[in-house]
Amino acid sequence: MSLPRVVITGIGLTSPNGNSLAEYRQNLLSKVSGVREWEIRHVGKTPAGVCDFDALRWQKRKELRRGTRAGSISVYCAGDAFREAGIDIATRDRSRVGVYIGTTEHGNVETENQIHEVAQYDFDLSYWSHHHNPRTVANNPAGETALAFGITGPAYCIGAACAAGNLGLVHGMQMLQLGEVDLALGGGVSESIHTFGIFASFRAQGALATHADPTKASRPFDMDRNGIVVSEGGCLFALERLDDALARGARIYGEVVGHCVNSDAADFVLPLAERQNECMRGALAKAGIGPDDVDIVSSHATATPQGDQQECEALRAVFGDSKHTHINNTKSYIGHTMGAAGALELAGNLPSFDDGWVHPTINVDRLDPTCEVRNLVLNEPVRASRVDHVLNLSFGMLGINSAVVIRRYRA
Amino acid sequence: MNREEIILAIKDIIATIAPDEDVQSLATDVRLRDQIELDSMDFLDIVMELRKRYGVQVPEEEYKELATLDGCVTYLGPKLEGKVLKQRRDSPLPA
Repeated sequence: MSLPRVVITGIGLTSPNGNSLAEYRQNLLSKVSGVREWEIRHVGKTPAGVCDFDALRWQKRKELRRGTRAGSISVYCAGDAFREAGIDIATRDRSRVGVYIGTTEHGNVETENQIHEVAQYDFDLSYWSHHHNPRTVANNPAGETALAFGITGPAYCIGAACAAGNLGLVHGMQMLQLGEVDLALGGGVSESIHTFGIFASFRAQGALATHADPTKASRPFDMDRNGIVVSEGGCLFALERLDDALARGARIYGEVVGHCVNSDAADFVLPLAERQNECMRGALAKAGIGPDDVDIVSSHATATPQGDQQECEALRAVFGDSKHTHINNTKSYIGHTMGAAGALELAGNLPSFDDGWVHPTINVDRLDPTCEVRNLVLNEPVRASRVDHVLNLSFGMLGINSAVVIRRYRA
Repeated sequence: MNREEIILAIKDIIATIAPDEDVQSLATDVRLRDQIELDSMDFLDIVMELRKRYGVQVPEEEYKELATLDGCVTYLGPKLEGKVLKQRRDSPLPA
């Protein structure tokens, strides 16, 4: 079956260390962390990745007040993605535009806020907000995006734990290939730092990072790693069929050539190297390439002791013989941006097609021997001779695995 | 609360709910919804804020009494008697 080629023509993002691709990329190459101290009720002070984007760029204050942080992040990323793609969305047939936003979770922030509010009125539910349902429905971030830009095509969210950012991209590509839409936004968002529950749950699980210096708290592959830094963020890709992109002379950031999504069917939280291995190989097979054709693997590693080990085992099995494959990690800079992670981490690597640099994983003072992988890029950027393929990995709870291959555009 | 205070109280609530609007110059005898963008969800917000700030309950069948600022003064006057005006610290209105 021959399907239309789909390319990325715009990127809108907010990361704890940058509010545009250019700023984010610069900070990745300059080893600038975006993690800082964050205080949240019941938990207290903890490291977290916090974004400071201009929320009023594409929305009014009233819309911000009515909506959610995830909605605000989505609208910011969407507006910037259209702008970077050179698309004036008001002039497009907006019934042919799709919005596919990956989320790890949604509604926890708003529910906690409401419970906190009514607790002050002795749980008198006449003080429960009428905004609760529209804020907590699972399609809220995509729906707010559709509202903000008058998009009347399909707009919904994809719940896929921490693999969600990749899945938003994959789903957007598929909808374009099926001819369901002519322009798609795909990626993921996270507002998770505003729910105390996620921090408390990771802490209860022994998987919440602690460090005297917040910028050193997220340290995948390091001997002293002790858990996840929770972050907020978002990244949406403007996606088009290649023919449409060429017809309007769009800038092409890369082509989505391979993907795989599978499930461990093994455990609620523990990862499984064997299925991750199958997922990576599945994406490579779909792209029609071998492991040695991959120039950069953007790893998922979250800095939990066991998770990093499992992923490195899978990486060694697939890429152990690949001379040209560099492996890096972006969570070491920005923490775990949850639903946004897949999309943001991929975006940070796409400029490598142009500049040839591979940003490192930072904060590795003592590499854990169980995390040794060939060509793991540690602490300093390296120059690749040429970058043609990036493999982006994102795995999530309940055993969901995802891998996406992006190819440098070639006619 | 006197008439001026009730108008100030309502304007301050509207300034919270509709932060993009200029509430200073609202006419008192024209429907609020004809002067600024207020939808039914905003209206529920006004009712909620009256409940939170002043403990005033407005039954649904009486929402129509709040259509204008003059209507608010007439309807809320007795309910707000003896209550103290509460403005947000960052209120755009004169204290």
